[in-house]
Amino acid sequence: MTDPLHLASFLHNSAVQTALWIGALAAILNGSMGIFTVLRQHSFAGHALGDGSSAGGAVAIFLGSAALWGFLGMAWLAALAMGALGLRRARERDLATGVVLGATLGISALFLYLDVSSTQASGATVEVMFGSIFALDPQLLWPTIILVGVAIALIVLLYRPLLLIAANPDLGRAAGLPVRRLELLYLLLLGTAAALSALSIGVILATALLLGPAASALRLTRRPWQSFLYAQGIALTAVLGGIYLAFMSYYWSGGASWPVSFFVVLLILLLYLASAALASRRRAKH
Amino acid sequence: MPAFSVSTDPVLEVSNLCVRLGGRQVLQDISFTLNKGSVSALIGENGAGKTTLLRSILGIQPWQKGSIRVLGKTVRGQLSQIGYVPQKIAFDPYLPLRTRDLVALGQTGRHWWQGSDTAAVADALAAVQAESFAEQRVGMLSGGQQQRAVIAHALARRPRLLLLDEPLANLDFASASRLVELLGVLARKQGISVLVTAHDMNPLLPILDHLVYLVGGRAAAGNVAEVVRSDVLNRLYGYPVEVLQHRGRLLILPKNPQQGLEIPCHVHEDLDEHD
Repeated sequence: MTDPLHLASFLHNSAVQTALWIGALAAILNGSMGIFTVLRQHSFAGHALGDGSSAGGAVAIFLGSAALWGFLGMAWLAALAMGALGLRRARERDLATGVVLGATLGISALFLYLDVSSTQASGATVEVMFGSIFALDPQLLWPTIILVGVAIALIVLLYRPLLLIAANPDLGRAAGLPVRRLELLYLLLLGTAAALSALSIGVILATALLLGPAASALRLTRRPWQSFLYAQGIALTAVLGGIYLAFMSYYWSGGASWPVSFFVVLLILLLYLASAALASRRRAKH
Repeated sequence: MPAFSVSTDPVLEVSNLCVRLGGRQVLQDISFTLNKGSVSALIGENGAGKTTLLRSILGIQPWQKGSIRVLGKTVRGQLSQIGYVPQKIAFDPYLPLRTRDLVALGQTGRHWWQGSDTAAVADALAAVQAESFAEQRVGMLSGGQQQRAVIAHALARRPRLLLLDEPLANLDFASASRLVELLGVLARKQGISVLVTAHDMNPLLPILDHLVYLVGGRAAAGNVAEVVRSDVLNRLYGYPVEVLQHRGRLLILPKNPQQGLEIPCHVHEDLDEHD
């Protein structure tokens, strides 16, 4: 029996199965949080949470623990710091974010050096920076399911208030919403999304999964519910498709598979261009 | 629906309000009352304390002395009785909200499982005549349409008090007079008390019941004839001013031309238009 698409070996590979599950969960959460992030023009904060979490990943590897816990711990710490600063003006917020980002990258530089100079973690830099979705411990699957489940439940529950303060915080305040607390919750959810994205495709590329699908979805629909579903769909397509293409590249390139992150980011870009083309064609018709 | 006459039920009572912000006395001893179904204006220049006063009424800005009562109670817990339209509204073009969705978000205290009260949304859209753009994204609308969408958002909770911060700024003449007419209808037909901040009282004169004139954090309050008088304004400005009437418009000018620098430039523009 010939199987030119290698689907059977793809789906029966246990490393691939773990990658598909964790990748899908990361995609769903990042697609959803991306909508809020794009609307609030918080792209830089989202990027900083992803990049900054590299310090946590490097420390976790140094301590011999799974990188996920380091990514999460650092992203939550950074989210709390940003929430505590609570800077209202975009300029102040960007400057503070930049300073915090610099500090965390310094820590990750130190610990990545320490990781690499100790022999048992020589691949730490690539793992943290570009992800290692095929090398994930299957035991991480359940904690990831719980994390994403809680996060999605909170988004569904607080969808109206979160959307209103993203549209205009003053309207939220006038409606009696606890805007500061909601913003802190938003930052913690954003940190969770960034940590899972970092785990899947690496800290450097984490922003792409957060912003790309959301930006594409917002070009395609004007309905709030649809924008979330579209963003999740686009993120899922990119991550699952990227995992499959990386798996297949083993056969094309003669025994050396290319990085998953490359394919995921490539698909995000292609889907973004396609949605831009579709949106402008639709506009031309009207 | 019967037209409401201006009754004496106080919807908003501000007494002896003092607000200090960053070491500066922004509001000093402000007192006024808003009745049901009335239109009032908070007139003053930039930095006179208009926005601070609105934020205090909304309970966002703490104050040091005095009291604010909405329908006889403290503001806390009364927010669902207040609709608020902030100044300089400009929604992101990509915001995935149609006008209808924005209006539905204006209903306070509702959760995702409740859905929206479609009758209240339809009434609010009709009140501001926004049905024609109800299905369009709010970020794609013109400035005047976005403002009407936000007014509908504020009306969706069926408020007793509607606060609008500088609603006439950045509106062309036709949109501005249309908005003034709308505010008059909301007050007279629906019995909502409307409080509007503005630099210039003239566009509002046709519907104005009550005026709070702010200069440097101090205020004179009453109806137009009671407040816009040279003796009252002399005390407020601290130098002699005179009130001129020109084709139903009111102009406040300093008696001594050397103090003319303190008169807002739009007054001069108004003069030019009619010269």
